[in-house]
Amino acid sequence: MTDEGKDTNAQRLLSLVEKIPAFSQSVSRVLSLAGDINCSPKTLVEVVSGDPVLTMKILRLVNSAYFGLANRVTSVHQALVTLGLNTLKHTALSLAMLGVLPRKNEAGLDIDALWLHSLAVGLAARRLAQAKGVSRSESEDYFVAGLLHDVGKLVYARYEPKRFARALEAAALDQVDLTVSEQAVLGATHAEVGALLAQRWGLPEPLGGALAGHHAPSDENPSQLTDVVFVANQVVKRRNLGFSGNPVLSPMPAGVRERLMLNSDVVADALAELPEELQNARVMLQL
Amino acid sequence: MRLTFWGTRGSIGVPGPDTVVYGGNTTCLEIAAGGETIILDAGTGIRALGLELARRMPVSCSIFISHTHWDHIQGLPFFVPLFVPGNTIKICGTFDPVHNKDLSEVLAAQMDYNYFPVRSAELLADITYLTLREGQTVALGDVRVTPVIMNHPVISFGYKVSRGDRSVFFTGDHEDFANIYEPGEPFYEEYENIILQKRAQIADFIRGADVLVSDCQYTEAEYPSKVGWGHSTPSMAVALAEAAGVGRLILTHHEPTRTDAALTLFLEDIRERFKTTGIAIDMAREGQSVEI
Repeated sequence: MTDEGKDTNAQRLLSLVEKIPAFSQSVSRVLSLAGDINCSPKTLVEVVSGDPVLTMKILRLVNSAYFGLANRVTSVHQALVTLGLNTLKHTALSLAMLGVLPRKNEAGLDIDALWLHSLAVGLAARRLAQAKGVSRSESEDYFVAGLLHDVGKLVYARYEPKRFARALEAAALDQVDLTVSEQAVLGATHAEVGALLAQRWGLPEPLGGALAGHHAPSDENPSQLTDVVFVANQVVKRRNLGFSGNPVLSPMPAGVRERLMLNSDVVADALAELPEELQNARVMLQL
Repeated sequence: MRLTFWGTRGSIGVPGPDTVVYGGNTTCLEIAAGGETIILDAGTGIRALGLELARRMPVSCSIFISHTHWDHIQGLPFFVPLFVPGNTIKICGTFDPVHNKDLSEVLAAQMDYNYFPVRSAELLADITYLTLREGQTVALGDVRVTPVIMNHPVISFGYKVSRGDRSVFFTGDHEDFANIYEPGEPFYEEYENIILQKRAQIADFIRGADVLVSDCQYTEAEYPSKVGWGHSTPSMAVALAEAAGVGRLILTHHEPTRTDAALTLFLEDIRERFKTTGIAIDMAREGQSVEI
């Protein structure tokens, strides 16, 4: 591609990412309440009740086997009495955040399957990180990186549906890596779009780096986060947990293999409970 | 059924000359019934219990955690039986619905290498973790242990332990429910009804118990500045005992700043205030055993 072509592409990408809506009002309010130590229960009830979709999602989750409560909860007030302010506040926050990204699209991408894949990669990345001796609190970063690694695909599916549909088809028909057909049809891969989105949302750098590099981890500036997400991605694809829209498995680059030194026994051990963890997490995402 | 208190203090251990009567260790109760050893909460009191149990190894016991606040789990890494192969230990408790973490993950966090020199992998006993849901009964021989969700800043279980027609209920950390609206505000009555239902649910759950062990950290005078902290006052504990028809109330989770002398005065005052209820009221004392 010419330099000029690259520039126009970059411009287009940026303007594409800028289309992603800012958080809706109820999400913003829940976010700011969650950060407020003196959050008043009345305000929380008001904000949640004012968003019928959020209310419905909370009640559905609270009444599911995930919480396993003895009695049915039928109102936000009752949820507050039963669970207390803290738990309700944080549950509302998690559900509000989950609602931010689209669940429907016109590109023919199975978004639920993609979320399942992403969730599995997040869980796998966290387990692999722990197997590498990463502390529990740091391993949460690995979970987030895994969960969001394919977020660029959601951007494409929502805002460039026709072209993304062609890229998806081409990858399936020709059995090539999706990044190859994305490059050809859209001029940039979902990894690059993901990285731009991470910037827009102000996510910390190692995370943006992992989104950008999860298909081609860098050997010059290696990052354990990126390496682990790469491995988790391939392992999850091999196990057919969800579907990422990418029909092809990538072989482990020598650099990643050397840096991580994870043999297949360690990996198998670390991920032994993955299907069960995934099942539990699915209830939370209401998948 | 024999109930023994190994730790009766809330928030933080407070050893010293002013706490030798009621004790300075944080929450731990032991219930010996039908040959089973049931432990409720693993505050610092569980350390001494572990040394006692270790004298008769192999040990087989079940630990039920009311909630994962520090003062109810901090003794676990010092519970000697966990480190010795041949012991069988079941650890049961709540889950964390916000981060989707089950009990073993939440407990392991306090043994993260940043905070503790011993690895979870060095716990060599045969340990099983069981994340409980409300109402889920655990059967141990002919003893039954069942949780109910109480009211505290994190999901917190109260436990009923029963064998035949004898039973004891431990509230864990609990604060009576409060209406978030003022009388006259539009939703006041609706909220009040929900609170009444929840209180009734808990009272019905406890009904039939021979002994109620209840959180009673604050005096009525202290309470207004502690609303929402998740702890009870004497009037709340007594109201719970009355609603559930329980004749014997033992108060625990003593405020760390309350000396032995102050606790004794506190008890006398409570007994005087509530003498017409006919309920036998005691302050839990570390080392005390009660036959049920």
